[in-house]
Amino acid sequence: MAAAGPEIERLIALLAKLPGLGPRSARRAALALLKRREQLLLPLTEAMADAGARVRPCQTCGALDTCDPCAVCSDGSRDGRLICVVEEVGALWALERGGSFRGRYHVLGGLLSALDGVGPEALRVEELIARVVDTDVREVILALPATVDGQTTAHYLADRLSGAANAISVTMLARGVPVGGELDWLDDGTIAQALRARRPV
Amino acid sequence: MSLEAHVAPRRPLRRLTVTDFRSYERASLSLDGRAVYLYGPNGAGKTNLLEAVSLLAPGRGLRHAPLVEIGRRMPGEAVGRAWSVAAVLDDPDEGGDGDYRIGTGLESPGSVRRTVRLQGQTVPPARLSDQIRLVWLTPQQDRLFLEGPSDRRRFFDRLVHAAEPGHASAASTYEKALRERMRLLTEARDAGRAVDGAWLTALEAQAATSGAALSMARARTILALQAEIEGRADRPFPQADLSLTGEWEQMALSGAPEADLEAKLARALAVGRERDAGAGRALSGPHRGDLAVQHREKDRPAAECSTGEQKALLLNLVLAQAARLSRAVSAPNPVLLLDEVAAHLDAMRRAALFDEIEALGLQAFLTGTDEALFSDLKGRAQGVHVDAGSLTIAEDR
Repeated sequence: MAAAGPEIERLIALLAKLPGLGPRSARRAALALLKRREQLLLPLTEAMADAGARVRPCQTCGALDTCDPCAVCSDGSRDGRLICVVEEVGALWALERGGSFRGRYHVLGGLLSALDGVGPEALRVEELIARVVDTDVREVILALPATVDGQTTAHYLADRLSGAANAISVTMLARGVPVGGELDWLDDGTIAQALRARRPV
Repeated sequence: MSLEAHVAPRRPLRRLTVTDFRSYERASLSLDGRAVYLYGPNGAGKTNLLEAVSLLAPGRGLRHAPLVEIGRRMPGEAVGRAWSVAAVLDDPDEGGDGDYRIGTGLESPGSVRRTVRLQGQTVPPARLSDQIRLVWLTPQQDRLFLEGPSDRRRFFDRLVHAAEPGHASAASTYEKALRERMRLLTEARDAGRAVDGAWLTALEAQAATSGAALSMARARTILALQAEIEGRADRPFPQADLSLTGEWEQMALSGAPEADLEAKLARALAVGRERDAGAGRALSGPHRGDLAVQHREKDRPAAECSTGEQKALLLNLVLAQAARLSRAVSAPNPVLLLDEVAAHLDAMRRAALFDEIEALGLQAFLTGTDEALFSDLKGRAQGVHVDAGSLTIAEDR
């Protein structure tokens, strides 16, 4: 298909690399941008250039922000003795949306996976250990996915953390019945997990 | 236990439609909830219909075929077409009046994953277990007792899975954790460096948790099936003594708590690292377990019995499974698929099989080349004549 010129094809090829977009939806997105030049294309170009120039990962926690340390790390009202470990920035945003966590974060940048060739050195593990050793951290909360890779990473971190500092507690998010959830819609594994994690009312 | 003791409300398949499926361009079958016998010449497409039903459960169906091979293929076409199987059940939410639609198939030729829809909503294939549980016996299983343990393990795990769908996720967690562990061990060995102990321990902890869970589930199933077989002494099928030969299943059967199994398996994996690295695979664990079946009267292993006796032992095991599922409140809708089974039974056993299917109130699908094989079923089941991809409901009486 050579109907579009090379500039447009390049735009489509780049858009197609975005998560959730395939070649067809990239084509639609490119068309929408080009048709709405003033309202969409130019503001987007500007926003992307701006983000590209100013957004950097925080040296402390790995979150993305225009300042370093990031807004969360430099917010004095947050509890620095509490660190929540997440896989990616997306999980951090989800926790911030909830607004119920008032500690700080640590973004790993992935999960351990021997088959995908992702080892501890590819993740921000040493930075986490150093933070825990150097500062007054009381608790590390592992908010990692309930998948094999997520749980392997959680086990691994728990082991490394307990070896590095023995005064801290390492916890994991609870797994079980979701808020507003009805039991008959839950799968067997979740029900079994919820039963194991039951607690006094 | 009385044969009529089933409690789960039946929601039999009311309609089955296949499109571009094996030999069928399109075929549809209206069902009245009774057993179904399919008869017709060799190669007419009887087993294809059983396979279509078998794909209404998670997994790859009774032929264990690659998904792309299932689609109909015309001369000159390189890959099979996008195929589909659609079924209609009674809707449990509307007092049994409405339709409940299940559909599965490939969205495009060559897809690596099949799509599953329940009531028009795309869902993960595992959700099929919420609607229907399958038990099947096919001629390919005739050599089950003679071949290596992996086929028997797969056969047995399917029996576990039909009663406890969580078994599949424990099994896949276990396999993934072992694969990851193996990769770490061999990479370290090839690079001549020390292994990352903390990482390995993390993987072994997961393998131990899931491995213990799946050993316990296997033990529960073997006990339930054995109990079911004991209750079937009056049937003209040979009694089997079942056991699981793997050390972890043995430990589970001896009544050890799951936590003990988990701890011991984690230890065994930690101790076995060097040995496993040398062997290129884990030498201990529930992935090595095996099912042993002993012919009680003859007092010898199934593998040493005649072909006919092996088949009868297997059929009794499959019927025991169907019976236990038909009573389990948690297992909705057991459906039984028996491919070319009737032809291998003598008249007495065949009559007993038909009686049992009727008494269990199961929806069963049977195949055979000759209509006369099913003469005892006339009036108690639906006969369907299958010929060259076309289906005709036979006259009932």
